[in-house]
Amino acid sequence: MPDETASVQTATAPPSKAMKAVISCDALQALIAALAADYLVLGPTVRDGAIVYEEISDLSQLPAGWKDKQDAGKYRLERREDDAIFGFAVGPHSWKRFLHPPVETLWTGRRDNDGFSIAPAAGEPRKFAFIGVRSCELHAIAIQDKVFIGSPYADVGYRARRQDAFIVAVNCAEAGGTCFCASMETGPEAKNGFDLVLTELLGEARHDFLVDVGSDAGAALLGRLPHRSASDADVAAKAAIIAQTRARMGRALETDGIKELLQSSPNHQRWDDVAARCLTCGNCTMVCPTCFCTTVEDHSDLTGNTAERVRKWDSCFTLDFSYIHGGSVRETGSSRYRQWITHKLANWIDQFGTSGCVGCGRCITWCPLGIDITEEAAAIRANPMTAAGGQHEGT
Amino acid sequence: MFTESAEMARMPPAASGDPFVPRIYCVDRIRRELSDTVTLEITPSQGPRPRYAPGQFNMLYAFGVGEVAISISGDCADDRTFVHTVRDVGAASRAITSLDVGAAIGVRGPFGTAWPVTDAEGSDIVIVAGGLGLAPLRPAIYHVLANRSRYGRIAILFGTRHPQDMLYRDELAAWRRNLDISVEVTVDHADRDWRGNVGVVPALIARASFDPHDTVALVCGPEIMMRFAVNALRDAGVAPDHIHLSMERNMKCAIGLCGHCQFGPQFVCKDGPVMRFDRIASLFAVREI
Repeated sequence: MPDETASVQTATAPPSKAMKAVISCDALQALIAALAADYLVLGPTVRDGAIVYEEISDLSQLPAGWKDKQDAGKYRLERREDDAIFGFAVGPHSWKRFLHPPVETLWTGRRDNDGFSIAPAAGEPRKFAFIGVRSCELHAIAIQDKVFIGSPYADVGYRARRQDAFIVAVNCAEAGGTCFCASMETGPEAKNGFDLVLTELLGEARHDFLVDVGSDAGAALLGRLPHRSASDADVAAKAAIIAQTRARMGRALETDGIKELLQSSPNHQRWDDVAARCLTCGNCTMVCPTCFCTTVEDHSDLTGNTAERVRKWDSCFTLDFSYIHGGSVRETGSSRYRQWITHKLANWIDQFGTSGCVGCGRCITWCPLGIDITEEAAAIRANPMTAAGGQHEGT
Repeated sequence: MFTESAEMARMPPAASGDPFVPRIYCVDRIRRELSDTVTLEITPSQGPRPRYAPGQFNMLYAFGVGEVAISISGDCADDRTFVHTVRDVGAASRAITSLDVGAAIGVRGPFGTAWPVTDAEGSDIVIVAGGLGLAPLRPAIYHVLANRSRYGRIAILFGTRHPQDMLYRDELAAWRRNLDISVEVTVDHADRDWRGNVGVVPALIARASFDPHDTVALVCGPEIMMRFAVNALRDAGVAPDHIHLSMERNMKCAIGLCGHCQFGPQFVCKDGPVMRFDRIASLFAVREI
């Protein structure tokens, strides 16, 4: 990395992983610039009335002074009374779109004298640096790591992108109206899985960031930024922010015994109730930071001499998803919603040793009908007796 | 979850590297089985054919058209070819059934769990197949016949819709002439010339000769047929953990990453396709799971 910031470094000892430092907004600009030398720097910015993740090169692109007002089926940006840069929760994007892209060419094939040959697609040429990763999103990345790297067959493209990524996390100072990370034990404090984590400290006369170091690479980068050691007051301010965010969760989900509850409720009458509202549009799966399902499309050019296989995000809410010759296994909306929530909150635990939900609330916010995963889970829990009956008998 | 026995262990393909990238094979022989069904023998263009176990499957790719999961239906003792019986039911399978000898075909695999033919040694074997479900069972049949002395009684119970769409007709007749095994065939709809059983295949189970307390049942066919076959096996006294089914679900990746083949917490591609009934009994009773 270039060393243009070295001259303004303060005289403190080199940062270590245990160190807590404080940097200014200007240093955040220096951080972006330093990362840009080696990485494609991605961070939150305002576009089309939402805060999305895009390439950024300048601090001014970050959503300073904006907050997001979220509820079931509702998302609005509003002006804040301060200039907080990270004073929002999460938008429709997640970092999944970079590590597990919505469209990815897996390989290309070409006809030749022996029939045809296949060449794997070239990997992503640039490494990613993520700015502003929330605790729930760190957990979502860790969950997708288990899916794509932890299985007997690793996704080599994902693994390469993931290993190269530099992560600057942010502790949430605002809980969104649909947030429930406290229930899922995935936040609001970022505890690991980052190179650096920022806590935005705003006051009458200050706009600083407390920085905790999560890796040697993070320590090295911090060392090249102007910084000072954090005071006890700075550390106390961070703790107060996290405690306040934890207390303001917009939603809650009872997770005790949720796996057994959902796995024993395939015939619950609530599935028909939710299906009467669900459009099976798949929005929840597209905004979910852990939903990993994909389909593949095989294309050939007009000559028929070259072909490729493209992988695309897919949704368990489509009829096609479960199609086998003769028809789809999950024809009804109730069976598709049941599949999604049972997978997310229960089967995931059997498959990957963790819940598939991080409590980010995106599926609630971005559902056009405002269907609420916490409300549906609570409805199953409130009336488990109906699980024994129901109209879906075997044979 | 399904790894305690040697056969149930997941067997990664011999070729390392990117599991998304097919290897190129060449179609060596084609046998037309039925009007819409062919059996292909394919060999790798380069290198050895990976090892496989009875019950495993490959992803077969027709250039520019698509990929489809097809069980391996050959004899494991042959280490040169993969044998696949393919029915034309969609764009990819149509392209594959239309290939000529000498054509190239893409292959990923083998994938999935296997029939427990080694664990079943010493027991009676009941093989229950419906229609094309005989194809994934044929490697198990070859294995138990080649190692006949290691097993007790062997019953092959096969059901098909009509006499004219009977898969592996010549082989069934040959197995039937073997006095050391019992082969029963039934058809849903008989024609004028049919002299055999009429009805669904689970009805053959009650009449088959086996020791229910020491029997391993291998079942493959349409899900509704397997449901009734399991009921008949249970009625006959076969324990749920001695019944093995080969499941079918939509598959895109075959390596547990695409999510399509989920059957409750299981991925049919890697926790299956061969699954022990007691482990999926609760799911098996649920519609649209």
